[in-house]
Amino acid sequence: MIEFKNVVKQYPNGTIGLNNINLTIGEGEFVVIVGLSGAGKSTLLRSVNRLHDISSGEIVVDGKSITKASGKQLRRIRRDIGMIFQSFNLVKRATVLRNVLSGRVGYHSTFSTMFGYFPKEDHDIALDALSRVNIREKAYSRADQLSGGQQQRVSIARALAQKPKVILADEPVASLDPLTTRQVMDDLQRINRELKITTIVNLHFIDLAREYATRIIGLRAGEVVFDGPVSEATDAKFAEIYGRPINEDELLAAEAAKGGVTV
Amino acid sequence: MTPAPTPETAEVGAPPPPPSKKPAPTIDSKGPQRFKALFTWLAFIVVIVVCGIRVDADFVQLFSKNSMDNVGRIMNDLIRPDWSYTGRILPAMIETVQIAIAGTVIGSVLAVPVALLCAVNVMPKKIVTIPARIVLNLVRTIPDLLFAAVFVAVFGIGAFAGMLALVFFSFGLVAKLTYEAIEAIDPGPLEAMTASGANKIQLIVFGVIPQALPYFFSYVLYTFEVNVRAAAVLGFVGAGGIGLHLDQQLNSLRYDRASTIILLTLVIVLVIDYASTYLRRKLL
Repeated sequence: MIEFKNVVKQYPNGTIGLNNINLTIGEGEFVVIVGLSGAGKSTLLRSVNRLHDISSGEIVVDGKSITKASGKQLRRIRRDIGMIFQSFNLVKRATVLRNVLSGRVGYHSTFSTMFGYFPKEDHDIALDALSRVNIREKAYSRADQLSGGQQQRVSIARALAQKPKVILADEPVASLDPLTTRQVMDDLQRINRELKITTIVNLHFIDLAREYATRIIGLRAGEVVFDGPVSEATDAKFAEIYGRPINEDELLAAEAAKGGVTV
Repeated sequence: MTPAPTPETAEVGAPPPPPSKKPAPTIDSKGPQRFKALFTWLAFIVVIVVCGIRVDADFVQLFSKNSMDNVGRIMNDLIRPDWSYTGRILPAMIETVQIAIAGTVIGSVLAVPVALLCAVNVMPKKIVTIPARIVLNLVRTIPDLLFAAVFVAVFGIGAFAGMLALVFFSFGLVAKLTYEAIEAIDPGPLEAMTASGANKIQLIVFGVIPQALPYFFSYVLYTFEVNVRAAAVLGFVGAGGIGLHLDQQLNSLRYDRASTIILLTLVIVLVIDYASTYLRRKLL
């Protein structure tokens, strides 16, 4: 469970990133956060594992306040939160397996990881994670030899290797084509359902949000302007979140049609 | 050479840059422009003439009969290397390469932690990076021959002093190049490691080292090339290697033997340069 209590983020230049956010995200939910770029989606997501610090308020993950945590305690909480990035953030020269294994470092002492040693159980966990995203056979390839969609699945496997309770995905499909977008979203959904991992995804395609989410949160200028199940997230509601009618390029279907692909 | 960092997602809605206040150039502006070019040339010529006077540059002496005779005599010896001398200088030649290898390896190993301390993306604290960089810059301002001369004075004549000089020289060069390469790595994997709960050392081992290692090895090989050349002249200050023999032969006017040394050095340097360039191309 993730709780946001009166969360405010103000940048040093005075800009408000998040304005008094109060949210409770339950276990096993698949939450999609929508909003224009600059609305604070990424800031909200990155405040959960404290890649961004908040100015006031508190964020509690599984009963532990990450806002107050520091040092080892903070790293322990982060270990339980997997993260997936728009640009994959893999070490391109390293093998796929090596990248996935790097998700295990939080479980080991500095000394044993210093020489890059992982016990056999970790190799099994990493290979199992790769099987879950259907790229087990790529384990020994270099990460940069894989396509964008495959690289994103490796990064999902890396998050899974952490054995997380929560997965955060910051625009996970923004640099993928429509077809691989589906595969990656399907993977995330399957993992959410099978492993009951709470999943929070930032998306800018509203049709994808409707299709995969169990709950949609709309952000506008750092404030929650919509929070409800998919059935309530009508076109009119989206127009409200965006402050204007929906554009063609906010629909994956429209993007796909442009590229001549049907999805 | 260095990997391009991925640009951060640009802040959307940022105001456009203010319009430039500079007035549009007028037609007259060509006048001062031309004057500037003329002045630059004038300054350039003045600098050359003043420097020439200071160093007693003398064209008459350069092409005098005496100078030409000397050039002819020395060239005459140089083009007839004394091949029988090769066997006697081979151990010194090997020692030269050994000095270079030992100096490069030890210096490069010492350079790793310092390079990490200098890189702001690994050490965001200025209280660490600034002193580390100051130390590094101090080491780098001292030429290798000066190091060698000091170590010869401290530890006595021989290869050990030469090796120590190259340790310091390699340390400075490799640390500088490596920390710049570290600062240019993709920040993405570092962010991912932080997110997965890694501590600083784990972040370095899994995020920084795999990205920077090929560059580090490439710089080590490059430094080795430079060091072989440097080791060849260390002997002039008594720090071991082939330089000592070259100095002796030049002083006793045995240009035929000096020629053998120079040619042998040339071959060794060429082979090492070629091999190193090939390896570096394979690495990156």
